Amino acid sequence: MSQTEFLQITAAFKDKVFRLAKRLLISTEEAEDATQEIFIKLWSKNQNLIAFNNVEAFAMTMTKNYCLDQLKSKRAGNVKISHYDFADKSARLDKIVEDEDSLKWVEKIINQLPEQQKLIIQMRDIEQYEFEEIAIILEMNETAIRVTLSRARKTIRENMIKIHSYGIE
Amino acid sequence: MELNKTEILLEKYFEGQSSIEEEKELQKYFASANIAPHLKQYTPLFGYFSQAAAQELKREIKVLPRIQDKKRTTNLWLSIAASIVVMLVAGTYVYFDKESPSEELGTYDNPEAAMRETQRALAMLSSHVNVGIESVIVLEQYEDSKNLIFKQ
Repeated sequence: MSQTEFLQITAAFKDKVFRLAKRLLISTEEAEDATQEIFIKLWSKNQNLIAFNNVEAFAMTMTKNYCLDQLKSKRAGNVKISHYDFADKSARLDKIVEDEDSLKWVEKIINQLPEQQKLIIQMRDIEQYEFEEIAIILEMNETAIRVTLSRARKTIRENMIKIHSYGIE
Repeated sequence: MELNKTEILLEKYFEGQSSIEEEKELQKYFASANIAPHLKQYTPLFGYFSQAAAQELKREIKVLPRIQDKKRTTNLWLSIAASIVVMLVAGTYVYFDKESPSEELGTYDNPEAAMRETQRALAMLSSHVNVGIESVIVLEQYEDSKNLIFKQ
Protein backbone atom coordinates (compact mmCIF):
# COMPACT_ATOMS: atom_id res chain seq x y z
CA MET A 1 0.00 0.00 0.00
CA SER A 2 1.43 3.36 -0.95
CA GLN A 3 1.41 6.54 1.08
CA THR A 4 -1.33 8.17 -0.99
CA GLU A 5 -3.51 5.07 -0.86
CA PHE A 6 -3.16 5.00 2.90
CA LEU A 7 -4.12 8.65 3.21
CA GLN A 8 -7.11 8.08 0.93
CA ILE A 9 -8.42 5.22 3.03
CA THR A 10 -7.90 7.04 6.29
CA ALA A 11 -9.32 10.36 5.09
CA ALA A 12 -12.80 8.89 5.53
CA PHE A 13 -12.48 8.71 9.28
CA LYS A 14 -9.67 11.06 10.28
CA ASP A 15 -12.16 13.66 11.53
CA LYS A 16 -13.91 11.05 13.64
CA VAL A 17 -10.62 10.04 15.22
CA PHE A 18 -9.86 13.69 15.90
CA ARG A 19 -13.26 14.36 17.44
CA LEU A 20 -13.05 11.32 19.67
CA ALA A 21 -9.56 12.33 20.80
CA LYS A 22 -10.77 15.85 21.47
CA ARG A 23 -13.70 14.55 23.47
CA LEU A 24 -11.32 12.72 25.78
CA LEU A 25 -8.33 15.05 25.80
CA ILE A 26 -10.38 18.28 25.61
CA SER A 27 -7.56 20.37 24.17
CA THR A 28 -7.54 20.76 20.40
CA GLU A 29 -3.74 20.71 20.15
CA GLU A 30 -3.48 17.53 22.14
CA ALA A 31 -6.19 15.93 20.06
CA GLU A 32 -4.32 16.88 16.88
CA ASP A 33 -1.11 15.39 18.24
CA ALA A 34 -2.95 12.25 19.23
CA THR A 35 -4.52 11.92 15.78
CA GLN A 36 -1.12 12.26 14.14
CA GLU A 37 0.32 9.67 16.50
CA ILE A 38 -2.50 7.21 15.84
CA PHE A 39 -2.11 7.50 12.07
CA ILE A 40 1.63 6.90 12.34
CA LYS A 41 0.85 3.76 14.33
CA LEU A 42 -1.71 2.70 11.76
CA TRP A 43 0.78 3.34 8.99
CA SER A 44 3.40 1.21 10.69
CA LYS A 45 0.87 -1.61 10.87
CA ASN A 46 0.14 -1.04 7.21
CA GLN A 47 0.84 -4.57 5.98
CA ASN A 48 -1.62 -6.07 8.38
CA LEU A 49 -4.12 -3.33 7.69
CA ILE A 50 -5.81 -5.27 4.92
CA ALA A 51 -6.44 -8.10 7.34
CA PHE A 52 -8.71 -5.84 9.35
CA ASN A 53 -11.86 -5.61 7.31
CA ASN A 54 -13.00 -2.78 9.52
CA VAL A 55 -10.10 -0.36 9.59
CA GLU A 56 -12.27 2.42 10.93
CA ALA A 57 -13.38 0.48 14.00
CA PHE A 58 -9.78 -0.56 14.55
CA ALA A 59 -8.61 3.04 14.36
CA MET A 60 -11.34 4.14 16.78
CA THR A 61 -10.32 1.47 19.27
CA MET A 62 -6.71 2.59 18.96
CA THR A 63 -7.79 6.19 19.54
CA LYS A 64 -9.74 5.24 22.63
CA ASN A 65 -6.84 3.26 24.09
CA TYR A 66 -4.26 5.87 23.18
CA CYS A 67 -6.22 8.75 24.71
CA LEU A 68 -7.04 6.85 27.90
CA ASP A 69 -3.34 6.02 28.23
CA GLN A 70 -2.48 9.67 27.74
CA LEU A 71 -4.91 10.68 30.45
CA LYS A 72 -3.62 8.01 32.79
CA SER A 73 0.02 9.00 32.36
CA LYS A 74 -0.89 12.61 32.91
CA ARG A 75 -2.64 11.83 36.15
CA ALA A 76 0.22 9.60 37.27
CA GLY A 77 2.66 12.38 36.44
CA ASN A 78 0.75 14.61 38.80
CA VAL A 79 0.14 17.15 36.09
CA LYS A 80 -3.47 17.75 36.60
CA ILE A 81 -5.00 18.79 33.35
CA SER A 82 -8.60 18.61 34.30
CA HIS A 83 -11.38 19.77 32.09
CA TYR A 84 -11.91 22.77 34.26
CA ASP A 85 -8.65 24.26 33.05
CA PHE A 86 -10.05 24.35 29.59
CA ALA A 87 -13.41 25.67 30.62
CA ASP A 88 -14.74 28.32 28.31
CA LYS A 89 -13.96 31.81 29.38
CA SER A 90 -17.39 33.16 28.63
CA ALA A 91 -19.16 31.02 31.21
CA ARG A 92 -20.43 33.88 33.28
CA LEU A 93 -23.70 33.30 35.02
CA ASP A 94 -25.53 36.08 33.28
CA LYS A 95 -24.73 34.47 29.97
CA ILE A 96 -26.01 31.06 30.89
CA VAL A 97 -29.43 31.60 29.44
CA GLU A 98 -28.15 33.06 26.22
CA ASP A 99 -28.73 30.95 23.22
CA GLU A 100 -25.30 30.64 21.64
CA ASP A 101 -23.88 29.88 25.03
CA SER A 102 -26.17 26.98 25.70
CA LEU A 103 -24.31 24.83 23.19
CA LYS A 104 -21.14 25.40 25.16
CA TRP A 105 -22.97 24.37 28.27
CA VAL A 106 -23.90 21.09 26.68
CA GLU A 107 -20.25 20.58 25.82
CA LYS A 108 -19.23 21.40 29.35
CA ILE A 109 -21.72 18.95 30.79
CA ILE A 110 -20.58 16.17 28.45
CA ASN A 111 -16.94 16.87 29.27
CA GLN A 112 -17.66 16.35 32.93
CA LEU A 113 -19.05 12.86 32.38
CA PRO A 114 -16.92 9.80 33.16
CA GLU A 115 -14.71 8.68 30.26
CA GLN A 116 -16.78 5.66 29.35
CA GLN A 117 -19.95 7.74 29.08
CA LYS A 118 -18.13 10.40 27.10
CA LEU A 119 -16.93 7.79 24.64
CA ILE A 120 -20.38 6.35 24.13
CA ILE A 121 -22.10 9.73 23.79
CA GLN A 122 -19.46 10.77 21.28
CA MET A 123 -19.87 7.66 19.19
CA ARG A 124 -23.63 7.37 19.34
CA ASP A 125 -25.00 10.91 19.44
CA ILE A 126 -22.30 12.66 17.48
CA GLU A 127 -20.84 10.07 15.12
CA GLN A 128 -24.10 8.09 14.98
CA TYR A 129 -22.54 4.66 15.09
CA GLU A 130 -24.82 1.65 15.45
CA PHE A 131 -24.66 -0.20 18.76
CA GLU A 132 -23.02 -3.11 16.97
CA GLU A 133 -20.12 -0.93 15.87
CA ILE A 134 -19.71 0.68 19.27
CA ALA A 135 -19.61 -2.78 20.79
CA ILE A 136 -16.71 -3.72 18.50
CA ILE A 137 -14.82 -0.49 19.13
CA LEU A 138 -15.19 -0.50 22.91
CA GLU A 139 -15.07 -4.27 23.28
CA MET A 140 -18.25 -4.17 25.35
CA ASN A 141 -21.60 -5.83 24.98
CA GLU A 142 -24.55 -3.94 23.56
CA THR A 143 -26.68 -4.05 26.67
CA ALA A 144 -23.96 -2.49 28.77
CA ILE A 145 -23.57 0.21 26.14
CA ARG A 146 -27.30 0.99 26.16
CA VAL A 147 -27.31 1.24 29.95
CA THR A 148 -24.27 3.54 30.01
CA LEU A 149 -25.70 5.63 27.19
CA SER A 150 -29.02 6.04 28.97
CA ARG A 151 -27.25 7.03 32.17
CA ALA A 152 -25.14 9.59 30.32
CA ARG A 153 -28.13 11.08 28.48
CA LYS A 154 -30.10 11.37 31.69
CA THR A 155 -27.21 13.06 33.47
CA ILE A 156 -26.97 15.57 30.66
CA ARG A 157 -30.72 16.18 30.86
CA GLU A 158 -30.66 16.73 34.61
CA ASN A 159 -27.79 19.17 34.37
CA MET A 160 -29.45 21.03 31.54
CA ILE A 161 -32.68 21.36 33.46
CA LYS A 162 -30.70 22.76 36.37
CA ILE A 163 -29.10 25.35 34.15
CA HIS A 164 -32.33 26.06 32.32
CA SER A 165 -34.26 26.74 35.48
CA TYR A 166 -31.42 28.69 37.06
CA GLY A 167 -32.78 31.84 38.61
CA ILE A 168 -36.38 30.80 38.05
CA GLU A 169 -36.87 28.54 41.00
CA MET B 1 -43.91 15.23 13.48
CA GLU B 2 -46.72 15.04 16.02
CA LEU B 3 -46.03 16.22 19.50
CA ASN B 4 -47.10 12.94 21.04
CA LYS B 5 -44.73 10.95 18.85
CA THR B 6 -41.85 13.28 19.66
CA GLU B 7 -42.43 12.80 23.36
CA ILE B 8 -42.41 9.05 22.97
CA LEU B 9 -39.22 9.23 20.92
CA LEU B 10 -37.60 11.43 23.54
CA GLU B 11 -38.53 8.96 26.24
CA LYS B 12 -37.00 6.13 24.19
CA TYR B 13 -33.97 8.31 23.57
CA PHE B 14 -33.25 8.81 27.24
CA GLU B 15 -33.70 5.12 27.90
CA GLY B 16 -31.11 4.31 25.25
CA GLN B 17 -33.69 2.38 23.23
CA SER B 18 -34.01 4.59 20.17
CA SER B 19 -32.60 3.64 16.78
CA ILE B 20 -30.33 5.80 14.65
CA GLU B 21 -33.30 6.68 12.41
CA GLU B 22 -35.37 7.80 15.37
CA GLU B 23 -32.49 9.86 16.69
CA LYS B 24 -32.09 11.50 13.32
CA GLU B 25 -35.80 12.33 13.38
CA LEU B 26 -35.39 13.96 16.77
CA GLN B 27 -32.44 15.94 15.52
CA LYS B 28 -34.50 17.14 12.56
CA TYR B 29 -37.36 18.12 14.84
CA PHE B 30 -35.14 20.16 17.14
CA ALA B 31 -33.45 21.84 14.21
CA SER B 32 -36.83 23.01 12.91
CA ALA B 33 -38.51 26.30 13.77
CA ASN B 34 -41.63 25.11 15.58
CA ILE B 35 -40.67 23.31 18.74
CA ALA B 36 -43.18 22.83 21.53
CA PRO B 37 -42.36 25.24 24.38
CA HIS B 38 -41.96 22.53 27.00
CA LEU B 39 -39.45 20.70 24.79
CA LYS B 40 -37.41 23.78 23.99
CA GLN B 41 -34.93 22.94 26.74
CA TYR B 42 -33.62 20.04 24.64
CA THR B 43 -32.80 22.20 21.65
CA PRO B 44 -29.21 22.98 22.68
CA LEU B 45 -28.53 19.28 23.25
CA PHE B 46 -29.35 18.25 19.69
CA GLY B 47 -27.93 21.49 18.39
CA TYR B 48 -24.66 20.68 20.03
CA PHE B 49 -24.57 17.17 18.60
CA SER B 50 -24.80 18.38 15.03
CA GLN B 51 -22.35 21.17 15.72
CA ALA B 52 -19.85 18.77 17.27
CA ALA B 53 -20.19 16.37 14.33
CA ALA B 54 -19.15 19.15 11.97
CA GLN B 55 -15.76 19.67 13.63
CA GLU B 56 -12.84 18.85 11.39
CA LEU B 57 -9.20 18.09 11.82
CA LYS B 58 -7.37 21.17 10.56
CA ARG B 59 -3.84 19.88 10.73
CA GLU B 60 -2.65 17.70 7.91
CA ILE B 61 -1.63 14.14 8.70
CA LYS B 62 1.91 13.26 7.72
CA VAL B 63 3.27 9.77 7.30
CA LEU B 64 6.76 9.06 6.06
CA PRO B 65 7.13 7.20 2.78
CA ARG B 66 8.28 3.65 3.06
CA ILE B 67 11.38 4.02 0.84
CA GLN B 68 13.35 4.65 4.00
CA ASP B 69 13.39 0.93 4.79
CA LYS B 70 15.08 0.12 1.48
CA LYS B 71 17.74 2.71 2.10
CA ARG B 72 18.42 1.29 5.49
CA THR B 73 19.06 -2.24 4.13
CA THR B 74 21.39 -1.01 1.37
CA ASN B 75 23.30 0.92 4.01
CA LEU B 76 23.58 -2.25 6.02
CA TRP B 77 25.01 -4.18 3.06
CA LEU B 78 27.44 -1.38 2.37
CA SER B 79 28.78 -1.48 5.92
CA ILE B 80 29.10 -5.27 5.81
CA ALA B 81 31.09 -5.04 2.55
CA ALA B 82 33.29 -2.30 4.00
CA SER B 83 34.08 -4.32 7.12
CA ILE B 84 34.99 -7.38 5.01
CA VAL B 85 37.41 -5.27 2.97
CA VAL B 86 39.00 -3.87 6.14
CA MET B 87 39.42 -7.36 7.58
CA LEU B 88 40.97 -8.68 4.35
CA VAL B 89 43.46 -5.82 4.22
CA ALA B 90 44.41 -6.24 7.86
CA GLY B 91 44.65 -10.02 7.49
CA THR B 92 46.92 -9.98 4.44
CA TYR B 93 49.11 -7.36 6.05
CA VAL B 94 49.63 -9.48 9.15
CA TYR B 95 50.17 -12.62 7.03
CA PHE B 96 52.89 -11.16 4.80
CA ASP B 97 54.50 -9.38 7.71
CA LYS B 98 55.17 -12.72 9.40
CA GLU B 99 56.75 -14.26 6.31
CA SER B 100 59.16 -11.45 5.52
CA PRO B 101 61.85 -11.99 8.29
CA SER B 102 62.49 -15.68 7.32
CA GLU B 103 63.00 -14.60 3.74
CA GLU B 104 65.62 -12.02 4.65
CA LEU B 105 67.81 -14.42 6.70
CA GLY B 106 68.32 -16.98 4.00
CA THR B 107 69.57 -20.58 4.30
CA TYR B 108 72.56 -22.67 3.26
CA ASP B 109 72.19 -25.58 0.89
CA ASN B 110 75.66 -27.00 1.64
CA PRO B 111 75.94 -28.50 5.17
CA GLU B 112 79.72 -27.87 5.35
CA ALA B 113 79.30 -24.23 4.55
CA ALA B 114 76.53 -24.07 7.13
CA MET B 115 78.83 -25.69 9.73
CA ARG B 116 81.60 -23.19 8.94
CA GLU B 117 79.31 -20.24 9.13
CA THR B 118 77.81 -21.41 12.39
CA GLN B 119 81.23 -21.90 13.96
CA ARG B 120 82.27 -18.47 12.80
CA ALA B 121 79.18 -16.95 14.27
CA LEU B 122 79.61 -18.77 17.57
CA ALA B 123 83.30 -17.79 17.74
CA MET B 124 82.36 -14.19 17.22
CA LEU B 125 79.79 -14.45 19.94
CA SER B 126 82.19 -16.06 22.45
CA SER B 127 84.92 -13.47 21.76
CA HIS B 128 82.42 -10.74 22.53
CA VAL B 129 81.35 -12.50 25.69
CA ASN B 130 85.04 -12.82 26.77
CA VAL B 131 85.46 -9.07 26.39
CA GLY B 132 82.67 -8.70 28.86
CA ILE B 133 84.16 -11.19 31.30
CA GLU B 134 87.58 -9.42 31.26
CA SER B 135 86.03 -6.28 32.63
CA VAL B 136 84.23 -8.27 35.31
CA ILE B 137 87.58 -9.72 36.56
CA VAL B 138 88.55 -6.22 37.69
CA LEU B 139 85.78 -6.52 40.23
CA GLU B 140 87.71 -9.27 42.03
CA GLN B 141 90.35 -6.73 43.06
CA TYR B 142 87.68 -4.80 44.86
CA GLU B 143 86.69 -7.95 46.64
CA ASP B 144 90.30 -8.55 47.81
CA SER B 145 90.79 -5.04 49.13
CA LYS B 146 87.48 -5.20 50.91
CA ASN B 147 88.60 -8.41 52.66
CA LEU B 148 91.81 -6.72 53.69
CA ILE B 149 90.02 -3.93 55.46
CA PHE B 150 87.08 -5.77 56.95
CA LYS B 151 88.72 -8.76 58.54
CA GLN B 152 86.28 -11.19 59.81
